[in-house]
Amino acid sequence: MPADNSFLPWVIFIFERYWPLFLRGAVNTLIISLTGTIIGFFIGVVIGVIRTIPVEHNTGVLTKLGYKILNFLLLCYIEVFRGTPMIVQAMVIFYGAAMIFNLHLSPLFAGIFIVSINTGAYMSEIVRGGILSVDKGQFEAAHSIGMTHSQTMAHIVLPQAIRNILPATSNEFVINIKDTSVLNVISVTELFFMSKSAAGNNFRYFEVFLITCIIYFVMTFTVTRILRYFEVLLDGPSVYTIHGSQTVPEAEIRIVGRE
Amino acid sequence: MDKIIEVRHLRKTFGANEVLRDINFSGSKGEVVCIIGASGSGKSTLLRCLNLLEYPTSGEILYHGQNILEHNMTNAVYRTKLGMVFQQFNLFNNLTVLDNCVVGQVKVLRKDVASAKKTAMEYLELVGMSQFINAKPHQISGGQKQRVAIARALAMEPEALLFDEPTSALDPELVGEVLKVMKNLAQSGLTMLVVTHEMGFAREVANRVMFMDSGVIVEDDVPEVIFNNPGNERTRAFLKRILEK
Ligand SMILES: Nc1ncnc2c1ncn2[C@@H]1O[C@H](COP(=O)(O)OP(=O)(O)OP(=O)(O)O)[C@@H](O)[C@H]1O
Ligand SMILES: [Mg+2]
Repeated sequence: MPADNSFLPWVIFIFERYWPLFLRGAVNTLIISLTGTIIGFFIGVVIGVIRTIPVEHNTGVLTKLGYKILNFLLLCYIEVFRGTPMIVQAMVIFYGAAMIFNLHLSPLFAGIFIVSINTGAYMSEIVRGGILSVDKGQFEAAHSIGMTHSQTMAHIVLPQAIRNILPATSNEFVINIKDTSVLNVISVTELFFMSKSAAGNNFRYFEVFLITCIIYFVMTFTVTRILRYFEVLLDGPSVYTIHGSQTVPEAEIRIVGRE
Repeated sequence: MDKIIEVRHLRKTFGANEVLRDINFSGSKGEVVCIIGASGSGKSTLLRCLNLLEYPTSGEILYHGQNILEHNMTNAVYRTKLGMVFQQFNLFNNLTVLDNCVVGQVKVLRKDVASAKKTAMEYLELVGMSQFINAKPHQISGGQKQRVAIARALAMEPEALLFDEPTSALDPELVGEVLKVMKNLAQSGLTMLVVTHEMGFAREVANRVMFMDSGVIVEDDVPEVIFNNPGNERTRAFLKRILEK
């Protein structure tokens, strides 16, 4: 332990002593935010698809009513989870499950659960927006060759919508990496929780949280880069090959700046 | 004559706006029918009603004598029988040229991928786009897109093709290549219903020309009569305006 109050030796000391703690915290943070984002994404896709089902001229009255009720319930879910802080949702769900259902969730599981349904609420609206932003002509062309609404969604519209909302999804992931820190209130051993205990043990708040800060930044920065790369990969080649050109089999046409 | 489609007393309103009123006509196998008329006269709405992109307010659409608005023929099956070519092409942006022509065959007609690809290639060859099967829609020109859109519709092997101003969104120098493809199709005996402002095409290729005005078919006759000796004052006025341009 450094003898005096000097800054750098303390940072080094804390890092050497507590790196396993930081590592475990960072790993838990990543696990919770990644799993939460993926599950939230799927919740969002399902709800986004349900909320954009068109009402046809031949839809029965009962189906219409059922659909209205379902839509209302989904809207309630979205508004409640977007309209309240995640830190409060964590408290209500964690302690509520224990009190009302006598369900004692493990903090990690509770953490993933809370981040998932919280992200799901945001993703529902993002996916819905993504679907609505796909040109109406895409639906009409699909219908005109006889595709049903679900076929159109699965093969034409969702692939385009999902490509368009990837940046927003990456953004949700980054937000989740940062916001899982609030889960320390239900004792999830994520990065912030770990940092707090390391800091408390030595009363060195600045040094510890500076390290924490750097770790958070490295995580979010890396994730952003990786997802950006992933988006570029998904877009496929910007060059296409001419099919069956016999003289120059590898003939290519380069299209510059056409979109 | 083998009537593929017959429309009786078709009406379509959007709110208080009556866009189609009492439309009656029929189309037989192998016929090429052009629909002309001023902007806003309801030409697109009529085509869209025919393949149920809009649901008619009242009237009958008989497909081989069967009213599709009444019988429980599912819309999807009926729609595969009438192909549609749009003014804005509407190629599937997420799919390559080839997959644009394959996806419907596989998902709707339940063909296996290999034979779907073979059929797709035949029609892409027909429209002169077989070289571009690996391109995405945003990588090809408007005229090329429209030719692919025609191949996509043909690949479903429909009984008739509906065209809604297929050349109106094209640069003037690209119009010719699309019209040429359409002319070849017409000569090969395909049944076609074409909304167009290309009077040259209508005059040369159509078996019949229908002139629409404010939601009614004012005149329905062979092109010689419509263009040289129209019976109706409104037709005459419209043609005069068009040809003066
Ligand atoms: N979904 C809609 N809701 C309300 N009004 C509509 C709708 N679609 C078309 N209309 C109206 O119906 C009328 C006919 O439109 P339509 O598109 O059929 O004309 P058109 O003959 O195809 O014209 P153009 O040559 O410009 O394509 C127009 O007045 C238009 O405003
Ligand atoms: Mg139109």
